[in-house]
Amino acid sequence: MSSTAAPPPSANASPAPGRSLSAWWQATPLTVVFALFFLIPLALILMVSFWDFNEYELLPGFTFKNYISVFDGCSNMADMCTTLRTYLSTFKFCLLVWLITLVIGFAVSYFLAFHVRSSGVQTLLFVLCTIPFWTSNVIRMISWVPLLGRNGLVNQTLMEMHLVDAPVEWLLFSDFSVTLAFVHLYTMFMIVPIFNSMMRIDRSLLEAANDSGASGWQTLWNVIVPLSRTGIIIGSIFVITIVMGDFVTIGVMGGQQIASIGKIIQVQTSYLQFPLAAANAVILLAIVLMIIYGLTRLVDIRKEL
Amino acid sequence: MSLREKRAASFWPLALVFSLFVLFMYGPMLVIFILSFQGPEGGLTFPVRGLSLHWFYKLAEGLGVVDIGAALRRSLGLGLAVMACTVVLSVLAGLAFRKKLKGGNALFFIVVASLIMPSIIVSLGIGLEFRLLDTGIKAALGAFGMDSALEGFGTSLGLFTSALGAHLTWTLPFGLLIMFAVFNRFSPSYEEAARDLGATPWQGFRHVVLPLIAPSVVGIGMFGFTLSWDEIARTSQAIGDVNTLPLELQGLTSTVTTPSIYALGTVTTIVSFVVMGLTLALVWLLGRGRKGRASA
Repeated sequence: MSSTAAPPPSANASPAPGRSLSAWWQATPLTVVFALFFLIPLALILMVSFWDFNEYELLPGFTFKNYISVFDGCSNMADMCTTLRTYLSTFKFCLLVWLITLVIGFAVSYFLAFHVRSSGVQTLLFVLCTIPFWTSNVIRMISWVPLLGRNGLVNQTLMEMHLVDAPVEWLLFSDFSVTLAFVHLYTMFMIVPIFNSMMRIDRSLLEAANDSGASGWQTLWNVIVPLSRTGIIIGSIFVITIVMGDFVTIGVMGGQQIASIGKIIQVQTSYLQFPLAAANAVILLAIVLMIIYGLTRLVDIRKEL
Repeated sequence: MSLREKRAASFWPLALVFSLFVLFMYGPMLVIFILSFQGPEGGLTFPVRGLSLHWFYKLAEGLGVVDIGAALRRSLGLGLAVMACTVVLSVLAGLAFRKKLKGGNALFFIVVASLIMPSIIVSLGIGLEFRLLDTGIKAALGAFGMDSALEGFGTSLGLFTSALGAHLTWTLPFGLLIMFAVFNRFSPSYEEAARDLGATPWQGFRHVVLPLIAPSVVGIGMFGFTLSWDEIARTSQAIGDVNTLPLELQGLTSTVTTPSIYALGTVTTIVSFVVMGLTLALVWLLGRGRKGRASA
């Protein structure tokens, strides 16, 4: 067209002048909330992690004491320090829970997306999966007690069937119960994004694969998995970040006996050792960010929304 | 026709996996609902002994030192405040993102970062922020010689300050993502028509956009309330002296050894489901009203 002097690139989208300004008025309340309750707190954590403290108060200053104390004894290769052991235990839960929720989440989403043919039934079954998400996590955790406890249903059954002579002790307040509770609580975070991705897959691609003679497994691996990648990665980010920072589930289901990074931070704050807790939080944050960075290299989340 | 095709070989195994998954999701919860209606001799495990509302009465009397009623009221109040803020801020921000928003990408990134940030970190940060604020306020009061105010001052940590903010960092990302999903499918031609007919921007929003997005807005309100109602991790370090119901419940898991705790679980779950039911009813009514107007 003609060469106009004023070249607003947004001319086609917003003809009215000053709209960007009014847009910012609308976005301001949200921005203020995240500045006050997210950005400033994060900055304060970083700042306080370099402060000193005594029993009564925080002492502004600059010291690496807190970080040194986090890694106290970690140079000793023969015997692992508490921090490394805790991180290893947290990673172990992360990996286990991630694998299990991924397999279950993928299978359930696949069933809903490709095997249920009526869209009404599909919606109904999907909603059925999401309902438990709306109940308190603690309720869902303690609901395992009557099943897994020393005199719980599982042990009663095993005893009656004479499979064991004495109650199995590792069912509750153990690594097993923690992992089980995580899977119970957070598989939904895998199902929703994976199902969402699968529903966007063009069904004619599957027919094309079928017509080209691909077996079921070949279609699954070469068509469906790559096209569900976004959902898989979003779900993985959710599950991994939740498990990395968790202290409630590990506390309740581990009988307050199992360590995790989140638990360490929580205990330190209850003793008012804020600088130590802050140093731990900074390290946790760095590790979580590295994991997320690695995962997001594989997909552009904004583009997929 | 593909509809008449034979079921794929993987159908039945996957259907079995799905059924087991649903059983796994609901089974344990049903167990505690059943156990909460036991008679006075009931225990924490099977078999069920009797049938009564005994443990609900016990719950109403209070569990140990915990005032359940007060915690319930606090959680309800906070949940309603979070709901209102989430709805208003999400809708405003959703509208903002429809236009050219300079720095919108950065804001979006921050919101998503908040969603996937481990909650203990957010909670610790907000707790720190308000403690430092307390120190500052006390120093200021002392400096100005306002000793009586200084003595009366406890902490700025509280239900409608730090805890409200902590909850919003968790509910607003959900609200904003829902608004994105809504406006992605929203045709601007309705508004253009309204503008051509001489509607002011406010009239256009009030009479055209709002009725169209109303069901989703109600959904955002439900998200806001229920997410706040069950929230623990972000509240834990950011609430100060009082506790919300989920926090009390978490504390009770290690001390209470009667089915009262299951009764509490049943009660909070019922509240969640009542809120969901009311929301769905409202969404349905709004949808029906719209259809009615369209056909009239």
